[in-house]
Amino acid sequence: MSPHQAHFEYLLRLGDNALILGHRLSEWCGHGPILEQDIAMTNIALDQVGQARSILAHAGKVEGKGRDEDKLAYLRDVGEYRNVLLVEQPNEDFAFTIVRQFLFDAFNFHLHEALRSSKDEQLRAIAEKSIKEIAYHLRYSSEWVIRLGDGTEESHRKMQHALNSLWMYTGELTTPDEVDELMLEAGIGASLGRIKPLYDEKVSAILQEATLGQPESGYMQSGGKNGKMHTEHLGYILAEMQFIQRAYPGMEW
Amino acid sequence: MTEKSNKKNWPLWEIFIRSKNGLSHKHVGSLHAADAEMAIENARDVYTRRNEGVSIWVVESRYITASSPNQSESLFDPADDKVYRHPTFYNLPDEVKHI
Amino acid sequence: MDPKQKALLEQFQARIDAEEKIEPKDWMPDEYRKTLIRQISQHAHSEVVGMLPEGNWISRAPSLRRKVALLAKVQDEAGHGLYLYGAAETLGADREDLIDELHEGKAKYSSIFNYPTLSWADIGAIGWLVDGAAIMNQVMLTRTSYGPYARAMVRICKEESFHQRQGYEILLALCRGAEAQKQMAQDALNRWWWPSLMMFGPSDKDSKHTAQSMRWKIKRKTNDELRQQFVDVTVPQADFLGIEVPDPALKWNEESGHYDFGEINWDEFWQVVSGNGPCNRQRMEARVKAHQEGAWVREAAMAYAEKRSKRREREAKAAIQVA
Repeated sequence: MSPHQAHFEYLLRLGDNALILGHRLSEWCGHGPILEQDIAMTNIALDQVGQARSILAHAGKVEGKGRDEDKLAYLRDVGEYRNVLLVEQPNEDFAFTIVRQFLFDAFNFHLHEALRSSKDEQLRAIAEKSIKEIAYHLRYSSEWVIRLGDGTEESHRKMQHALNSLWMYTGELTTPDEVDELMLEAGIGASLGRIKPLYDEKVSAILQEATLGQPESGYMQSGGKNGKMHTEHLGYILAEMQFIQRAYPGMEW
Repeated sequence: MTEKSNKKNWPLWEIFIRSKNGLSHKHVGSLHAADAEMAIENARDVYTRRNEGVSIWVVESRYITASSPNQSESLFDPADDKVYRHPTFYNLPDEVKHI
Repeated sequence: MDPKQKALLEQFQARIDAEEKIEPKDWMPDEYRKTLIRQISQHAHSEVVGMLPEGNWISRAPSLRRKVALLAKVQDEAGHGLYLYGAAETLGADREDLIDELHEGKAKYSSIFNYPTLSWADIGAIGWLVDGAAIMNQVMLTRTSYGPYARAMVRICKEESFHQRQGYEILLALCRGAEAQKQMAQDALNRWWWPSLMMFGPSDKDSKHTAQSMRWKIKRKTNDELRQQFVDVTVPQADFLGIEVPDPALKWNEESGHYDFGEINWDEFWQVVSGNGPCNRQRMEARVKAHQEGAWVREAAMAYAEKRSKRREREAKAAIQVA
C-alpha cells in the first residue's frame, strides 16, 4: 500500500467511525429514556456527525478524485467503509448504547489526544477541535456506565450483558495493521501501542467503579477498519442512510 | 399505571446560568436530574446549546425558599417613600462638578 | 360566590387588565390554573410527539448538512417540550403525571403530528408550514399573562427562528431541482396544507375555551385571526416556490386585504383529534415504548444517586470522627 493510499484509508477510518456512531446515536432522537437524556445523546450525535463531515471532506481532498463529504458518505458500499465493528453494532437498549459509547470514547479520546500532534496539519486542527467534544463524551459515558453498573440489580445485569456482548469488538480498536504502521511512520497517525495500555487502564478503572466484571480477553473479532468483513448491521445502516441518493442519483438536495 | 404512588422520579432542579464573565447568574428554567452532577450536565445540554453560558449553578427546587406574595406589600412597599436613598433627592447647584 | 372570593377575582382580573404578569405563587383562580396546566402540557406533548414524524427522516437525510440541521431541529423540539413541562410544573403539576395522562389518552396534542412523513419534501413542508403555523401562535404567547409560560415562549421563539428557514430551504432546493423533486414538493404541500390550517384549532364559533382565555390574556388572538394571518403570509411563499396551494377557493380579496380560502374539513379535524388519524396509534405507541423502556434507566440513576449520597455522608462522618 502506498503512503498516500494509507493516508486516505486512515482518514476514512476516523470519518466513518464518527459518522456511523453518530448515526446510531441519532436513532435515539425522540425515543430516549427521558427528555434530558434524549437531548444529551443528540448532542453527542451532532458532535460526531460534525466531526465526520470535517474529516471526510479532508479525506476527499487527500484522495484527490473530487469526492466531497457527501459523495464519500452516501456513495460507498459496505466493503468500502472503514469504521470499526464496535460502532456499527445496534442500539439494542440504553445499556448497549452506553457501553458501546464508553468502549469507543475511551479509545477515541486517547487517539485524538495523539492526533493533536499529527503532521497532517488539517487533521491536527480537526483533532484540536474534536478533543474537547470527545473529552465530554467520555465523561458522559463513563458516568453512565458507573451509574447503571452500580444502580439497581436490573441495570447491573443489563450492563454486564451488554459489556459481555460487545467486548469482542474492542480488540480491533488498539490492534495496529499496515495502515496504522504506515501512518505512524509518516508522523500522521497515532501509536496504537502507546494507546493500548492507556485504554486498558481507563476501561478497567471505570468498570471497577461500576462494579462490572471485565470479560476475559478471549476471541476478538476484527474486519471493520480494513473493510474485510463488517457485521451485517452496516448494510442496513447504509441502505437507510443512502436511500435518497441512491433512488434519485445526481440531484442536489 | 401501576405503583404510581411509590415510584421515585428524578427531582426538579432550578438552573442558573452566567452568560459571560462579569455578569451574575440568572435563572433560566428547570429540569429533572437524579443528582447534582447530572443536573449540571443536563443544564449544559438543555440550556447552553447556543453558547448561552460560561458557568452553571444548579439548586434542587425544594431547597429554595421564596417570599410570599401575600407579604409583598409589607416587604416591598415601605421602600417606596424612602426617596432620600436616591441621588436626585439632594439639591446641589449646577456649578458643582463631578459629584 | 362569597364576597372575599369575588374581591380576589376582581383584583386578579384588574392585574390582568393592567398587563401585569401572574407569577407562580400569586393567587389565581383555580380555573386559570387548570386552563394553563391543560394548555401548557398539551403544548409540551405536541413538541415531544412532534419529534416523531421528523425524527423519521434523520437517518435518511440526503446530505450530511441536512442531517445535522434536522437533528438539531428535532433536538430543539425536545428542549421546547422540556421548557414547557417546566412551566407547567411551576403551577404545581408533575411532569410524570402529565406524561401519564398523555400515554393514557387523557391529554391531547396537536393533531398535525398524526400525519405521516412520506418523502424528504415532507420535512421541508413541516418546517415551513407546521413550524410557520406554530410560530404565529407562539409569538402571540410570548405576551401571555402567565410569567413562566411567557418566558418559556420567548426562549422557544428565539430558537425556532431557524426551523422555518430550514424547512423552506429544503423546499427551495427541491423546487429548483429536477422535475421529480418539484413533484415531491408539490405532493408534500398537497398533503400538509389543510392539516396546517387545522393546527389553529376549531373555528372561533366552535371553540369553547377561546372567550375565557382571551379575557385572562392567556390567548391574545383568536384561532381564526391567527389562521388568517398564517394564510396571508404563506400563500406568497408558495408562489415564490412555484407550487400550488391545494385550495380552488383561495383568492386575494382586495377589499378585505386578506386571502379568502375554502372551508376546512372539520369532520377530518375532529376525527384526528379524537384519535382516528393516520398515525395516532403509532405515535402513542412510540412514546409509551420509549417511556416504559426508559423506566429501568431512570430508576437505576435514582438508586445510584441515593447510594452515593449515603456513601458520601458516611465518609463525611468518618472524617469528622478522625478529626
